[in-house]
Amino acid sequence: MTHDHDSDRGHDHGPHPYQPDLEAAPLTHYQAMTQAVGELLIEKGVFSADELRAMLEAIDAKSPAAGARMVARAWCDDAFKARLLTDVNKAAEELGIDAGAIPIRAVENTPDVHNVIVCTLCSCYPRLLIGLPPDWYKSRAYRSRTVREPRRVLAEFGTAIPEDVEVRVHDSTADLRYMVLPARPAGTEGWDETALADLVTRDCMIGVSLPKSPGA
Amino acid sequence: MSKERESGKVLLRRHHDMGGLPAGPVEASEHDYAPWEKRVDAILRLLADSKRRLITTDELRRGIEELGPGAYDEMSYYERWIASVTNNLIEKGVLSVDELGRRMAEISAAWPAGTEEKP
Repeated sequence: MTHDHDSDRGHDHGPHPYQPDLEAAPLTHYQAMTQAVGELLIEKGVFSADELRAMLEAIDAKSPAAGARMVARAWCDDAFKARLLTDVNKAAEELGIDAGAIPIRAVENTPDVHNVIVCTLCSCYPRLLIGLPPDWYKSRAYRSRTVREPRRVLAEFGTAIPEDVEVRVHDSTADLRYMVLPARPAGTEGWDETALADLVTRDCMIGVSLPKSPGA
Repeated sequence: MSKERESGKVLLRRHHDMGGLPAGPVEASEHDYAPWEKRVDAILRLLADSKRRLITTDELRRGIEELGPGAYDEMSYYERWIASVTNNLIEKGVLSVDELGRRMAEISAAWPAGTEEKP
């Protein structure tokens, strides 16, 4: 698509395109790059302004709730749990959740095994199920140490795993991601899925903590 | 991991390959993503979706790794992402260096000094 910079580049935002926000700060080089790349791709018809807006809204709407619903369903329905452990992406579809195209594997915590996920090479993360990763997940300390001394890292999150429980660390890649299926907390017998989902935190699906206890 | 690799005698690690290296305590830090950071994420997801397939996760990662060792210390996470996305788009001929540079200059000139982007 050809265009004239001076006449139509304001289609998305009019003649006074940029408005001050609450936190005043100068525009950085990479913020300008982001704005420029977005505008140019829209003008070239690679995607539309509406598609970009819809994607931004979708990112804002993502939260650990989708993953929590899947965990709660697995706690209540053994057949679903088996399907989840076989193919997370397909199981997600059953609940109307889009887990994306990259395969995700669920790893189950049991009385004998505690699982934790990391991405040593970058920041691979089941973001469509549990939202954008927290800063610490992308930090050098977490990425470096989780594969070597997971118990100490878990302890820094306040999670003590008994010595007789094996800790398994799963290193995510661009082609395969993981989510932890935590163990259902004791004392939740008879709870419905909605109440159970409230106990399922983002961190327990990463494996650095355990689900909230009932009554906490 | 082999001993040779660990000692760096045979195959040097690249800077992003940090699994198992010593590091300080994990600081449980989090911040709410700024609008421009979400915009980077949204641009990448659109470029990578099944409709466009203009960039893959591996291409994004290669672009980040090629920024060099300093990038991990000097650039923030989404700065590395937009730098990689942009380099990939230039390589593929989707954007030219020239038009990008001109547009960035226009945007910076139009920005009221000392203010933040609009959400």
